[in-house]
Amino acid sequence: MTVTATRPPKAAHARSRPRSRQGRETLVLMLPALVPVLLFSVGPLVYGMALAFTDARAGRKVTYSFVGLENFANLFQDPDFWSSIVVGLIWAVSVTVLTFLLGLGLALLLNEKLRLRGLARVLAVVPWAMPPVVIGLMWRLVYHADAGILNGILGTDIDWLADFTFVLPAIIVMGVWAGMPQTTVVLLAGLQNIPAELYEAGKIDGAATWQRFRNITLPQLKPVIVAITSLDFVWNFNQFSLVYVLTNGGPGGRTRLPMLFAYEQAFRYGFFGYAASLGVAIMIVVLGLLGVYLWRQMREASS
Amino acid sequence: MKRPLQYAALAVYVVFLAFPLVWLLSTSLKTPREMASTDPSWIPHDPTLANFADAFAEQDLVGAGLRSLGVAVASAVLTVVLALPAAYAMARHRGLMSRMATGWVLVSQVFPFILIIIPLFMVLRNLELTNTLAGLVVVHITFTLPFALWMLQGYVRAVPRELEEAASVDGAGRVRAIVSVVAPLLAPGVVATLLFSFISSWNEFLFALVVLKSPDVMTLPLMLARFTGPEGVARLGPLAAASLMATIPSLIFFAIIQRRLKSGLMAGAVKG
Repeated sequence: MTVTATRPPKAAHARSRPRSRQGRETLVLMLPALVPVLLFSVGPLVYGMALAFTDARAGRKVTYSFVGLENFANLFQDPDFWSSIVVGLIWAVSVTVLTFLLGLGLALLLNEKLRLRGLARVLAVVPWAMPPVVIGLMWRLVYHADAGILNGILGTDIDWLADFTFVLPAIIVMGVWAGMPQTTVVLLAGLQNIPAELYEAGKIDGAATWQRFRNITLPQLKPVIVAITSLDFVWNFNQFSLVYVLTNGGPGGRTRLPMLFAYEQAFRYGFFGYAASLGVAIMIVVLGLLGVYLWRQMREASS
Repeated sequence: MKRPLQYAALAVYVVFLAFPLVWLLSTSLKTPREMASTDPSWIPHDPTLANFADAFAEQDLVGAGLRSLGVAVASAVLTVVLALPAAYAMARHRGLMSRMATGWVLVSQVFPFILIIIPLFMVLRNLELTNTLAGLVVVHITFTLPFALWMLQGYVRAVPRELEEAASVDGAGRVRAIVSVVAPLLAPGVVATLLFSFISSWNEFLFALVVLKSPDVMTLPLMLARFTGPEGVARLGPLAAASLMATIPSLIFFAIIQRRLKSGLMAGAVKG
């Protein structure tokens, strides 16, 4: 009687001991990575969100105070803010959609046994490895009014990056070029994970190529598509370097993406508090759109 | 019937992907006189390597390249040193901490950088680290760490726990087991993570732009971006040459780790 009564707690005790030792070990192992992450990103992130409610300025000795929602009130009345959000949305949606469609096309081709596939595969990965600054400079050479090749090919005489009509399409083309590799590689990996039996079954049932694509490829690829388009959208909406180098937001703010606007406010004019509120606004826009997109995808998946 | 169409489509892709690269190469081989001509051609009439020599002659560019190299090596090594123990813990003991670390990896993708850059800039300023390469290394480590952690824990997970335990049973201590059994199997993954961190730092622009102000500490991407002024077409040749050279390190390293990166990204993409 007494033996059976005392055993269970003892066993539980013995089992919990290594677990707590394991916990301590985990903590010690995590610490070297945890300290810089807490100190230099989680901490600043929280602080940054707090700054959005202050009138902080760039100067070292400047004191600042809590101003409530004043920054946001100013933001909503600032036409430059709205135009940067509009430009940002046009850019991010166009680049994401075009990158996805072109990337899917290329992935489908690379999945076939075609000659030249090796070359295309190498080329499709190169932009991924290039420094964004070099990509921006390279496209500047392409679009250059006098020395650029685009005017040479088309026989036109357009200053692409100074033209109000053409500048946004011009940077979108560069964005697609720069974004295609990652998207293509991820989609290709997704395609290669689709079991071949599904296609064989489809063939036996007499499904045509298009039907097989619609009823097998797309549904099977869905999780990968949702993941990569979401990531692409967030990355594109937060894009800075490519466009900074190519146009610096010009002409006349036509390509001033939200991050370029925020950078200018913070580091050219020194309005830290205002720029932080802009960061919060950008985050809300991104999370909101992402939330709606993912929610719709999930609802579709469950119905 | 179907094949020719596919080849045509593939050719269009190849042209689209290749033409800016070819143009960059072509520009880098042209003489200033040819650059000034109003009728640009694909193939340089009088190919020259002078632009590469000119780019090297620019003191700033070589110095900036060396600084970039230093920052990238330091960031890569420190990132892996800091991430390795944590990656081991994440892979072997799945608890609250591991889940939080995974969560942070995902969250770090969504936040607008501006929210972190401003306060980070203020922190660095208090530590007297703005306008220093050490400050930039700190920033690069912080921002490479999440993905490096993610990659590394995948590689640790791929080393069977049984191997480690078997070594312990054979009388090797825990540390010995890790050093002599886990470490060799993990080496390729560590190299891949090192190279990935190197490329991230070598290519990085925005943080460098915020942290570094004076030309004598600027890294290569900053110098390249400054290189194009309103001087017209005369300096485009050397600029193209310098751009090409700046791409070589990341291109080589990327070629080595490409496959591994793909699998890492896939794991992340599907789980995300």
